Amino acid sequence: MEVNFLRNRNNLIFYFDCDLDHHNVSGLKEKIDKVISKNRPKNIIFDFSRVNFMDSSGVGLVLGRYKNLKSSGGDVKICGLSGEIKRIFMLSGLQKIIPTYTTADEAIVNE
Amino acid sequence: MGYDNEMTTIFTGISENEAFARTVIAAFVSRFNPTVAEITDVKTAVSEAVTNAIIHGYCKDTGMVEVMCAAKNRDIYIEVKDKGVGIADIDKAMTPLFTSKPDMERSGMGFTVMEAFMDSVTVESAPGCGTTVVMKKRLLG
Ligand SMILES: Nc1ncnc2c1ncn2[C@@H]1O[C@H](COP(=O)(O)OP(=O)(O)OP(=O)(O)O)[C@@H](O)[C@H]1O
Ligand SMILES: [Mg+2]
Repeated sequence: MEVNFLRNRNNLIFYFDCDLDHHNVSGLKEKIDKVISKNRPKNIIFDFSRVNFMDSSGVGLVLGRYKNLKSSGGDVKICGLSGEIKRIFMLSGLQKIIPTYTTADEAIVNE
Repeated sequence: MGYDNEMTTIFTGISENEAFARTVIAAFVSRFNPTVAEITDVKTAVSEAVTNAIIHGYCKDTGMVEVMCAAKNRDIYIEVKDKGVGIADIDKAMTPLFTSKPDMERSGMGFTVMEAFMDSVTVESAPGCGTTVVMKKRLLG
């Protein structure tokens, strides 16, 4: 499972290109965590704009990274949510704790 | 019974088959001219139930997962069945955010998503006897 990311100063943006189900997410978590621990960014953005399908495994992915990073002061943000993906995040209440943006550009912090 | 159309697929409960189950369901339901949103709803609900069978039902030994889908007019009926460990307290299992596997970063949202995306969800299960999830949805188109 490939995961693309982009480093922009203190921002680390992950672009998902596959279905976010349990099978794919299991492989992705490890790769994402490696990139995060190598780069130690302040601001982590997950871009869902290219995701065609997501189930509750996607919620686990975001929530898990949020919990891991809370202690080290890293911020987790999400963007590019289609209608169905937004609905799943809303149901889980995740949007109450994770800031949500339309595009990655809006989520980037310049400092 | 008395469906217009019906299919059953039985596959090994490994995570690679989650995408397979979704694809099969989407192909079956597509014949009834659903909207794109309706297909996504059904695929998501099936993905949740199949994933549960694989990670919870067959947490120890891998077994077979059975997905049955039937239709009468525009009423879609789906059964996802495993012969795994079963569920002792079904009400508790269906409570939003309840998960028995927080260590696996499960969010406890599977049943909540199924209930939100389908018209009805019922669970038949007993410890040691496996689990059957029955879901219904009327396609409005
Ligand atoms: N097929 C099954 N066999 C045995 N136990 C199950 C099965 N399906 C669900 N459960 C139990 O019900 C609980 C809730 O399921 P649900 O899908 O709502 O959440 P989850 O799978 O734990 O997390 P998520 O779906 O958000 O990743 C599970 O944690 C598990 O204990
Ligand atoms: Mg689940």
